[in-house]
Amino acid sequence: MDFLRDPFGFVIQEYTGWLGGLGLPAVWVDIIAKLTGALVLATGAMLFVVFLIWYERKLIGRIQDRFGPNRVGPWGIFQPVADMLKIFTKEYITPIGADKFAYNLAPILAVAAVLLLWSVLPLSVTVVGTDLNVGLLFLVAVGGLGEMSYILAGWGSNNKYALLGAFRLVAQLISYEVPLVLSALVPVMLAGTLSVNGIVQAQESVWFIVAAPAAALIFFIASIAEIGRSPFDLIEAESELVAGYNIEYSGLKFGMFFVAEFLHAFTVSMIFATVFLGGWQGPGAAEIPVLGFVYLMLKTFVVYFVTILFRGTLPRFRIDQMMNLNWKVLTPLSLALIMAMAIVGGLTRELPVFWQVIAFLLVNLLLLGATDQLMRLSQSRKTKSNLPMQPLRKVLTTSTKHGAGE
Amino acid sequence: MIPLAWYLIFSAALFCIGLFGALARKNAVAILMGVELMLNAVNVNLIAFWHYYAQVRSAPYVHGLAFTTMVFVVAAAEVAVGLALVISAYRRRQTPVVDELTLLKG
Amino acid sequence: MNGLQVVFLLAALVSLFSAAMVVSARRMMHAALWLVLTLMGVAVIFVTLQSSFFAVVQVLVYVGAIAILIIFSVMLTRRVMEDHGDQILPGWRAAGLVAGLLFAIIVGFLALWQGFTTMLVELPADADNLLDLGQALVSPQGYALPFELASVLLVAALIGAITIAVDRKEDQHG
Repeated sequence: MDFLRDPFGFVIQEYTGWLGGLGLPAVWVDIIAKLTGALVLATGAMLFVVFLIWYERKLIGRIQDRFGPNRVGPWGIFQPVADMLKIFTKEYITPIGADKFAYNLAPILAVAAVLLLWSVLPLSVTVVGTDLNVGLLFLVAVGGLGEMSYILAGWGSNNKYALLGAFRLVAQLISYEVPLVLSALVPVMLAGTLSVNGIVQAQESVWFIVAAPAAALIFFIASIAEIGRSPFDLIEAESELVAGYNIEYSGLKFGMFFVAEFLHAFTVSMIFATVFLGGWQGPGAAEIPVLGFVYLMLKTFVVYFVTILFRGTLPRFRIDQMMNLNWKVLTPLSLALIMAMAIVGGLTRELPVFWQVIAFLLVNLLLLGATDQLMRLSQSRKTKSNLPMQPLRKVLTTSTKHGAGE
Repeated sequence: MIPLAWYLIFSAALFCIGLFGALARKNAVAILMGVELMLNAVNVNLIAFWHYYAQVRSAPYVHGLAFTTMVFVVAAAEVAVGLALVISAYRRRQTPVVDELTLLKG
Repeated sequence: MNGLQVVFLLAALVSLFSAAMVVSARRMMHAALWLVLTLMGVAVIFVTLQSSFFAVVQVLVYVGAIAILIIFSVMLTRRVMEDHGDQILPGWRAAGLVAGLLFAIIVGFLALWQGFTTMLVELPADADNLLDLGQALVSPQGYALPFELASVLLVAALIGAITIAVDRKEDQHG
């Protein structure tokens, strides 16, 4: 019965109990148990990517009115396995003049940076890698390691296109880190803690996406930019950049970047689900921990589905549009949001939770509406100033000249 | 547990390596890296002494942490302005080497 | 010797070695990468001091922002792919002497202090310090004024850096 209610916690307990029975000191039991946990979690996450790739390709196929992969296995579910086998057998090529150390370190670092994110995410009530008291900051800080891996890849390849791609990507990542951190501060303020587990527990009565939809929206957009997915896939702009920082990679090293990208996409969906959608919270999740895991996976897949919808439907941003969106819209909005939420939170401290949430919601919607109006205003002004009568007259005169010439 | 002396010796060593880098390197960016090492050594020292005083007084004690925050801010500001200067100088003189930046020498 | 001491010694040795590589590496890019390793080692040292907040901030600010900024400027100020020639000034022996002397003086004076050999024991709780720090930074009796000044400094540095580094048209001829 206990196994059915909480299989993961049960296995962990049995395992640590067995380790303790071997007569090892408590410190070693702890270290070995944590190492095993990390190994299992990392392997599980990497194997999970196989399924993710199939899911995403199938969905994108449906969006574009294709079948998607459908040859290997039922519904093509073994297509990624076949791709993996192909990638394993490919030749490793190291370009001439490459910095071998940086070149080989980059793919490892890329995967490690994503896997590190899983160490602080609570998967259910009982299963959490480490309940760090600065967990949310840790999630952001680890992103810096990913940036480092892209720089290493771009620089180590000794290829100017790879370097340009890395520059572009890192500039984008650093810029979008600002609204990401600022919007993540709103749930931190609401929960009163930086610990990821604490944030999940604070969402017992109401999810933070209800209390702070504007923060959730900013966080979602910024995290899509962080994973470099469409519409922020500027490094993938084939016509300009020859596919970015990883062009010199082949075989498994390329595969590791590929895995890192897919796993990162899924992991940020999971972070969003944890921070804004209540994580493992749900009816009965506290009593039956395995239900919490199911809830978390369901929520994550909903978020992941939306990111794939974005990828399948939106065209790519131009680089100036991307930077404009970040610095002129998202960053000021998140700054204003933090101030507004702090003020409203201070004013409504004595009210019951229901009215407090209503007040938060109203402030969020007000700010979103104001941003929308401001964007419309600047858009209409831009179109007015960009299309004065002068060019129109020029067009008319040239066309008449043209006509006269005939 | 760890003696305070280890932290202090580590921080002194890191500071002196950074000082050597700032004094002996040719490249302006490398000099900035040396300065960053020195600032990090200062941070280690501040946090080690914060731990020491928090332990000795057994009361809430945050001054070391507050100073560390300031050092972080100053480090970020310093590196931003410093690197902007290096890039600006490089654009005019095509060199990051400090010895060759002799504009005022005439 | 317990586990924490082993962790400290490993982190300290790695940071000191990579710091030495930072100041002696011939290629600037390698120096920058060694700098990243040093900063990570210092982050581990912060963890052993029970200051996990500053460990994470160290990774966030130094590795995520400052090191990447340094790597960017190394790339932007490179004349060729390789950094040719000597990267150390001819007078490096004097600099080494100064640094070594300073180290000896610091450690000598510290050794005279009676608290030098104090064992650092585990503090009660990590989370409370963070709360105290946050309140101290914004309370008028604490560090509100320095904190505001630091914010102003950051904004000024941001604007100043952009003003200095911006690529004006007349600069290209001047």
